[in-house]
Amino acid sequence: MTLWLIVIIASLACLSLKIAGYLVPASLLEKPAPARIANLLTVALLAALIAVQTLGSGNRIVIDARLPALAVAAVLLALRVPFIVVVIAAAAVAALIRAVF
Amino acid sequence: MARTEPGPSEDDQAADDQAADDQAVSRASRWNTDDLATARKGVAVGLAAAAYGISYGALAVAAGLDVWQTCVMSLLMFTGGSQFALVGVIATGGVAAGPAAIASAAILGIRNGIYGIRVAPIIGAGRWRRFAAAWVTIDESSAVATSQPTLRSQRLGFWVTALSVFIGWNLTSLLGALIGNALGDVRVYGLDAAAAAAFLGLLWPRLRQLQTIAVAAAAAVIAAATTPVLIPGLPVLVAGIVAVIVGGFNWFGSPSPQLDPPGIPT
Repeated sequence: MTLWLIVIIASLACLSLKIAGYLVPASLLEKPAPARIANLLTVALLAALIAVQTLGSGNRIVIDARLPALAVAAVLLALRVPFIVVVIAAAAVAALIRAVF
Repeated sequence: MARTEPGPSEDDQAADDQAADDQAVSRASRWNTDDLATARKGVAVGLAAAAYGISYGALAVAAGLDVWQTCVMSLLMFTGGSQFALVGVIATGGVAAGPAAIASAAILGIRNGIYGIRVAPIIGAGRWRRFAAAWVTIDESSAVATSQPTLRSQRLGFWVTALSVFIGWNLTSLLGALIGNALGDVRVYGLDAAAAAAFLGLLWPRLRQLQTIAVAAAAAVIAAATTPVLIPGLPVLVAGIVAVIVGGFNWFGSPSPQLDPPGIPT
């Protein structure tokens, strides 16, 4: 599987899912379980991605500059700081820690 | 139903021409203050999304994608969470993790389909219009559209937000990819931490109910715990099982699930 194939298949899959939303009957949303699972899938995948992006390094778990950066991001989000400021601040904290240590 | 798209360009000249058609007049008349507020909101959301397109572009080339692949994803996939997910899995697992990368992107893309069900009545009829709308049905456009009070402002909010995010996101993805190529090791600039923070920003508005908090916590623990024993990419998919179990049995649940897109942080 080449990188191009991965990019194209994943892109078409995501586009198809968007189009599917316009084709299925709205009554699907009246059944609570499918809608609830879809909503929770987003939550679970985002949380899992945060864990892997923050702690993962290949097959290892490492504690490094990313963890304090994420903690700063969480505090700023709790303080309702604008999204882009949060992202920049997290990058700056990680860069600063790596530059110092 | 008038077929004209709501947009700033046509309003002035169209107002007089279509006086015979009541609906067209109501659609094409000058923007009132509510319209301007809606449009301003849409553009603000677009600018915020565009700003983090830079970090997507830089991370994508750091993961091994070339500039073209980075831009094709932003054009065709056009949904930030899935794009970051694919790039993240490729960054840790390489091309060998391709199936897991595709699955991660697709599972995160399911929510856009749910938004489509909600937004379709706002968009109205017309095959090509619905196709174009589906393409740009994402967190941002759906959130702005569904938070407006009238059908007119919902439509306007959807298209203005969708267009400004689409233009901004694609331009800054390209810019980020070029910057990423020039930077070399993006870790020095903390861009790997920026990706985690961006995911946290997407997750944050969803953490309002006990059920979502429980699922998020369990998924994060499972993903971290399985990282040493599974091939890269799989831990994220395994963590998704939590959502199916908790959602299926409605543990920690409330009777009404949160269907609307969460508020978009700007």
